[in-house]
Amino acid sequence: MIRFVVVRLLQSLVALAILTIVVFILARATGDPLHMILPMSATEEDYANARAYLGLDKPYVHQYLSFVGKAVTGDFGNSIRARKPVVELLQERLPNSLKLALFAMIVSLGLAFPLGVMAAVKKDTAIDRIAQIVAVLGQSLPTFWVAIILVEVVAGRLQWLPAGGITGFSSYVLPGFTLGWFVVAGMMRLLRSGMLEVLDSEYVKLARVKGVVEHRVIWLHALKNALIPVVTFAGIYFAILVTTAIVVETVFAWPGLGRLAYDGITSRDFPVIQAVVLTTAAIVAAVNLCVDCLYAFIDPRIRYAR
Amino acid sequence: MSTIAVPEIAAQPIPERRGRRLPYVSLAIVATFVLAGVLAPLLSPSDPLEQALRLKFRPPVWEERGTWANPLGTDRLGRDMLSRMLWGSRVSLAAGVLTVLLASAFGAAVGLVAGYYGGRVDAALMRVTDATLSFPVILLALILAVTVGPSFGNVVIAIAVILWARYARVIRGQVLTLMELDFIAQARIAGAGAWRIITRHLVPNTLNTLVVLVTLQIGYVIIVEASLSFLGAGIPPPTPAWGSMIAEGREFVTSAWWVSFFPGLAILLVVLAFNLLGDWLRDTLDPKLRQL
Repeated sequence: MIRFVVVRLLQSLVALAILTIVVFILARATGDPLHMILPMSATEEDYANARAYLGLDKPYVHQYLSFVGKAVTGDFGNSIRARKPVVELLQERLPNSLKLALFAMIVSLGLAFPLGVMAAVKKDTAIDRIAQIVAVLGQSLPTFWVAIILVEVVAGRLQWLPAGGITGFSSYVLPGFTLGWFVVAGMMRLLRSGMLEVLDSEYVKLARVKGVVEHRVIWLHALKNALIPVVTFAGIYFAILVTTAIVVETVFAWPGLGRLAYDGITSRDFPVIQAVVLTTAAIVAAVNLCVDCLYAFIDPRIRYAR
Repeated sequence: MSTIAVPEIAAQPIPERRGRRLPYVSLAIVATFVLAGVLAPLLSPSDPLEQALRLKFRPPVWEERGTWANPLGTDRLGRDMLSRMLWGSRVSLAAGVLTVLLASAFGAAVGLVAGYYGGRVDAALMRVTDATLSFPVILLALILAVTVGPSFGNVVIAIAVILWARYARVIRGQVLTLMELDFIAQARIAGAGAWRIITRHLVPNTLNTLVVLVTLQIGYVIIVEASLSFLGAGIPPPTPAWGSMIAEGREFVTSAWWVSFFPGLAILLVVLAFNLLGDWLRDTLDPKLRQL
């Protein structure tokens, strides 16, 4: 098990390293950064001085290493727009994003589990049909459009909930549900098909023959094994959640990382984008690592397969 | 009486068609939007880029003040919504189809090679695939948008660079099962090389799965492309793309709901139709395929 964790950890680090290289190359590929920093009247000499000052005259490998070294210690430079260190922005925004993501996760788990399990147990009934509709709609509705309509109708015309920003618990409701909705669809589908498969298996039949109460058969015996595919895809769901969060935060004016990224794009604030991308990628990689370890823990076949 | 036992194809049990009847509604929706996109230059009543500030925020024809000149109203710059919707379906569908084709071709190739060769090749390719799968598409698109600048090509590339991994995973799984079957061994004995086995035997047998996946993913790609355009990291204005149209109308939802509403409705309809079509295809062609 330890060997598995170490190997997986190394793989995540390699993936992150590749990403830093991509970011580094793209940052250099778009032209001399000095054109943006120095005034029009700058002379050749000014350019040479600035280049030496910023370390841009050093070999690329050297520049890359110092870029990574700074990034690891949290130094992403200064935001061009906000005119303060990017780290400060990150520290301010990251907790808000995590809170929203957590709330959305709770919402989607709370909806996906009962719906997915009941849809499988009561196959071909009204509840199954409702679950199918939820699943198809969840994968077909453009999140940002739903968000805009919710803001207009629920927050604007009906005045039931705040339209944006954070002002207590009520402001979590709209963005949380909008964000969770998309994840519900996929997760419920997986649970339903997993449960259908498991409910048909020998050991579930045995449990029933033994006289185990039906709700224990469903929620304990069957659900445990139906969860395996859900855990497998948890990492991918998290990646989808992050993607969706950027859009949702933008519409609901949520002061999180996503909103920061959006502002970064509109003002071409490269240090901010770079920091958001690398931070998010690191979080996604960490979550994936945890998911894989959890998966190997639940299902011993994975541990010994390699 | 024939003396040679010919294994008759017809004698095999026909796989149970779980598929319900043809999804006519979905097909009709997809066909409508494809036609709208292809015929956009002929169908659109006016130039989608032509501004007429005097006519800005005209409501749709059935509302008060609405006119037949702009059946779906006009946007903030007085551009005709209907024309922009028609051109938008061309942009959105083109982006969706192009991305999925690129991604599926590359992904299928990776899956075929990984499944065929197995061993180290497989392990290495699958590691890359897994790493790609768990990377949020939007981040790559953001970097590209800020560094290289947003464009149609960049959106397609950014999405395809992530999307191929799903195809690689599924196709490789299929190839692994196929490789166990006798007809591959027989082809080998007959002297067929890797290229021949892959192109003549493996590709045709994975085609069903590929078709199902492609259909299911077009909808997803259209949504991702729209999200990116909405964020300003996708297809740049003034090109009429549904995502950026929603973004442009966002600030005026209260006074001019139609600017954001119609493009969103179009996305919903197209994506819904593609998803239902994909579900139907899966049930009919490849019931075992588990959908994410």
